[in-house]
Amino acid sequence: MDPLLSGDIGWVEVAIVLLKVVVAFAGLMIAVMLMVWFERKLVADMQNRLGPNRAGPFGILQTMADGIKLFFKEDLQPERSDPFVFKLAPYLSLVPAFLTFTVIPIAGNFSGDNDGVVTIFGQETLMQVADPQVGILLVLAMSSVAVYGVMLAGWSSGSKYPLLGSVRASAQMVSYEAALGLSVATILLISGSLSTNVIVDIQSGFNWNLWMTGFVPFIVFLMASTAELNRPPFDLVEAEQELVGGFHTEYSSIRFAMFYLAEFLNTVTMSAVIVTLFFGGPSGPIPSGAPGWIGDFVLPFIYFFAKLFVFLFIFVWFRATLPRFRYDQLMDLGWKFLIPLALGWFLIVTTVHLATENDWNIPLVIVCCIGAVGLGALLLRMSIRAAAERRLTSEAEL
Amino acid sequence: MGYLDGFKVTFKKWAGLKTETGKRITLQYPEETRPKPPRFHGRHVLNRYEDGMEKCIGCELCAGVCPAKCIYVRGRDNDPENPTSPGERYGFVYEINYLRCIHCDLCVEACPTEAITETKLFEFAFTNRSDAIYTKAELVVGDDGRPQQLPWENWDGGFDPAADTSGWMRATAPGGSDEFEGIVAWAGELGYGVRAAEGGQPLEARQAEEAAAASHHDDHDGHGGH
Repeated sequence: MDPLLSGDIGWVEVAIVLLKVVVAFAGLMIAVMLMVWFERKLVADMQNRLGPNRAGPFGILQTMADGIKLFFKEDLQPERSDPFVFKLAPYLSLVPAFLTFTVIPIAGNFSGDNDGVVTIFGQETLMQVADPQVGILLVLAMSSVAVYGVMLAGWSSGSKYPLLGSVRASAQMVSYEAALGLSVATILLISGSLSTNVIVDIQSGFNWNLWMTGFVPFIVFLMASTAELNRPPFDLVEAEQELVGGFHTEYSSIRFAMFYLAEFLNTVTMSAVIVTLFFGGPSGPIPSGAPGWIGDFVLPFIYFFAKLFVFLFIFVWFRATLPRFRYDQLMDLGWKFLIPLALGWFLIVTTVHLATENDWNIPLVIVCCIGAVGLGALLLRMSIRAAAERRLTSEAEL
Repeated sequence: MGYLDGFKVTFKKWAGLKTETGKRITLQYPEETRPKPPRFHGRHVLNRYEDGMEKCIGCELCAGVCPAKCIYVRGRDNDPENPTSPGERYGFVYEINYLRCIHCDLCVEACPTEAITETKLFEFAFTNRSDAIYTKAELVVGDDGRPQQLPWENWDGGFDPAADTSGWMRATAPGGSDEFEGIVAWAGELGYGVRAAEGGQPLEARQAEEAAAASHHDDHDGHGGH
């Protein structure tokens, strides 16, 4: 719970909350603008092209120019569309993308017993817009709501390609959410709290969840979040070669811009979530002699941003490198690999956690765990193979 | 490494670790331009003889051959006292609609007097439909033999009327065979006289190819040649 909101709430507290909201919103907008530019430049570099280089120095204002252009374009709406839902869908896509970021701590001193609490205008607070009890569940909830944005956009367009795109989207996002949730569950086991502030605090002093949970949840989370973001190689929702523009084919003007914005916003937010969950968020070494404001704001923000940047780079790198999955490959990867892997790993981590708490014989427990999970994997493999054979014979009979 | 090899490739490109892989060939177009090939098909020009007479005789062969039906020509008998062209008739109306023209150059090939040729000018973005139709007054070269620059035409991109007109014709031979490359088979033009042949292809290209093949053969003689 944010210390700001405990006790009496006067106008100073309200002003601080408003300030945080405004700063987060403005910061995110700028981050998205730069992210679009960064992605285009980086992909261009990786493809031996130049990328945008006309608007502003190094083309940095290209996004702004595109945005202004989109504002002035005609706002088309198909005749057979459902007018209300058609207009609602972009907001359902954009708002969750913003809301997810509210639980991300972007600064604050996490060294020692500081718990990331900073002091602004004489009030103690956390460097995140909100620290609700549900914490990280908000991220999962918002990514579920974002599915509706995509799904309703495709459905309400009254056109077949967007519909196909949205059908893919809903199936894809629902199946990868399970893997996403299971790898988050592993972290909750370690941290013992849903609050993002506590999750970051637990990781201070380089006890990063990346190795505390044994790398596997991170890999699962990275793959599942790429699918959740509908970014390449999981961009079947848009799949230009097959579906024209996917779910936003019928959108133009500022409504299209909102989808576009939401997509990049989600990329930034999801990178921030990864940093928070696995890489200790803004925590990092802070020299004891540093003045308060450097230890509270400057250094933690630099740590946070550097980590964030690495993941933004990785997401763009994925896009420049990997070809798109086929739909059955996507489903195979999600249901037959990621979910069992996340689940098996969750069981191992749970047992080891329990064993350390109760002073059991750890090596024996680990051997038993690996044996059990290996047996499970073998059974799964056999059942997958049996199902494939059954499908082949039934196809042959047809 | 299977799946991960691709990441290495893209990373190398990005980091420019090898200068050859990181090299970009993109040209900053409006500021930088590429030299245009000799056979470039740009906007047309109506040529005149060295004495100022128009080459066009109003035969309408260009209009007849045009697959896009973008040329409109009407011929008329010359005034015996004050002829426009050396022949019996001259092109009285000559219009090309650039909204339809596909720059196939068939009109140039059809023309019996080399009256119509294509320049290498391609930067003529007009903003209304009447500008798209070039009339005879706009197409015919001026008294100095230079094509006329219309207000919407951009000649900054290295367009040189002295070098860049009648390119196709002078790059090869009238017959289209590279055996005739470099052989002058055209009449003089107002302001420039009989222009020199414009080489570059295909004879030179063929010779270069043969030379390359020969040296390749020498280098790899032990491998059985080709």
